[in-house]
Parts: sequence; C-alpha cells; structure tokens
Amino acid sequence: MDVAIIHQKVIWIILGMGMVTYIPRWFPLVLLSRRNLPKWLVEWLNLIPAAILSALLLPELVTNGLPRHLSLWQPELWVAIPTFIFALKTKSLGGTVVIGMALFWLVQTIM
Amino acid sequence: MQNSGIKTSILQGLTAAWPICLGYIPIGIAFGVLAQKAGLYPIEIMLMSILVYAGSSQFIAVSMLSTGAGAVSIVITTFAVNLRHLLMSSSLAVFMGNTTRKKLSLFAYGVTDESFAVNHTRFSQKIWSLDKALVVNHTANITWVVSSIIGGYGGRFIHAGTFGIDYALTAMFICLLIFQLKGRYYVITAVIAGGAAVILSLIIPGSSYIILASIFAATTVLGIKKWMLR
Repeated sequence: MDVAIIHQKVIWIILGMGMVTYIPRWFPLVLLSRRNLPKWLVEWLNLIPAAILSALLLPELVTNGLPRHLSLWQPELWVAIPTFIFALKTKSLGGTVVIGMALFWLVQTIM
Repeated sequence: MQNSGIKTSILQGLTAAWPICLGYIPIGIAFGVLAQKAGLYPIEIMLMSILVYAGSSQFIAVSMLSTGAGAVSIVITTFAVNLRHLLMSSSLAVFMGNTTRKKLSLFAYGVTDESFAVNHTRFSQKIWSLDKALVVNHTANITWVVSSIIGGYGGRFIHAGTFGIDYALTAMFICLLIFQLKGRYYVITAVIAGGAAVILSLIIPGSSYIILASIFAATTVLGIKKWMLR
C-alpha cells in the first residue's frame, strides 16, 4: 500500500478508537448523575471499585504470558505480599508505590 | 477567596495524581517506542494518546496495525477492551451531584483505571470535589501524552525495568484496593472478583474478564447481602 493511504487509514482508526472509547466513559456520567438512583443500584455501584481493582490486580500477580497461564513463581506475586502489608499498615499511596518499586527492582536485580 | 480555592484544588489534585504519573511515564514511553516501530509518525502517536487515552487498547491497536489488521476490527477490539470504563463512570456518577453537562463531559474524558481508583477513593471519603478530580485527570493525561511522544522520538535509549518502575501501577492498585476494603462485604467482593478474574483470564483471551468478574462479584455479594437481611 501507498504510504499516504496507510497514514490516512491510521487517522481514521484513531478517530474511530477515540469515539468508541469516549462514549462508554461519557454515557453513564450524563445519564446517572443528577438522578435519584434506586438503593440497590447505589449499593451495587459501591461494590464495583473493590471488584474492579481486584479483577485488574490479581491476574497481573499470578498469571503471565500470551496466552495467559498460571505463574506463581514470579516476582510480581512475591513483591505484592510485603507491599500489601506496608499499604495496610501505613495507608500511604505514595509510600506504597515507592516501596513496591524498590522491592521489585531489588528482586529483579538479585534474580 | 475564589483564587485560594483554585490553588487548593490544584495542589491537592497534583498530590493525588503523582503516583499515577509515575506509573504512566514508563508505560507511555513504551507505547511510543512500539508505535514508532509499527510505523506511526510522532504526530499520530500524539493524536492517538490525546483522542483515545486508554493505555492497553493503544498497545493492542498498534500491535494489530503492525500485523496488518483492518480498521474495523481494530476499532471493535478497542471498544471491547475499553467497555470496562462504563462501570467506572457509573460508579463515579453517584458523586457528581449538581454540575453542568459540559463539566461532566470533560471529566468523562479522563476516566481511566487509575484516575477512577484515585478519585473514587477520595470521593467516598468525602474529601473530594469535581475540580480536584479534573486536576487529577488532566495531570495524568498530560503525563501520558508527553511520555508517549518522548517514546516515539527516542525511547530506544531508555532502558526498561529501571528502578522497578514497571511495578509502580501494580503497587498503586494494591494500596487503592486496601482503601476500598471498607467492610466485610467489600472484602468478599474483592476475593470473588479476584478469583473469578484469574480463572476467566486463563480461559478467555482478551480483557473482558475484568468486566465479567466485576459484575459477577458485585451481583453475587449484593444477592448474599439481600438474602441475609431478609
């Protein structure tokens, strides 16, 4: 393909991606705010952050590769344990990030 | 007085945003490098980071582009990968109160996994405002865009893995998860979601496991709660 045509395609892809990414971000905010939601929905939405964070985090810690497979002997998991304890004790976001990075770096350097 | 209010918002927003930025820098640079290797011009890298602003889907799009995938399939994949923001925006909507649609639309632009977690934590502690949340979103956004452009120009020279920076976002999620564990039901939700996510991520390709596991866990726990209170 001609270079100019490829880059025209890239621009269309970027525009399309932008649109389909923005709509799910925008729609619930405009639809659901300024409105009295039923109690069960508020309770359900309250549980969502804990669910999402755990669903994002845990596979990162115990799986690896493409296609994904279980991998329990990786620094991601073992560094997570002291990082978790540190976060639990201090409740400091910045501190946890620094400690997590330092431990991960240490483990990677040793291994 | 108005002025010092703005100053406070900016200061508190920046304080909340820095762990996100620390995590976005290496990922943004890595994205820029890959995008440049896939043949994108720096201007296109910048445009994608501005218009899409969703890390994992940008990585996927670039790797699909380099394998010659069609435009439609790239856009559909992006939609599927980023659909999880629907849940995050719904969850944030509870805190929006009376505000203009214009401001909501601006806020919606900056909803990512990380900004959502940081802002939601503070909103539910009742120490947050939409203005502070907007500072968080846009600081993170600028960091992402600039990092990806840097990656596009000269990321080859930056060594991956330096100072454990790859672990910044993981460590942040660990701490943010702890903030969310505000009681028994939250802990049960996290355990179910985490377990379901691991199992689903091993079975189904892609990232739909995040949204599926989250909905499953929240619905199950709400069911248990209603059943116990009957």
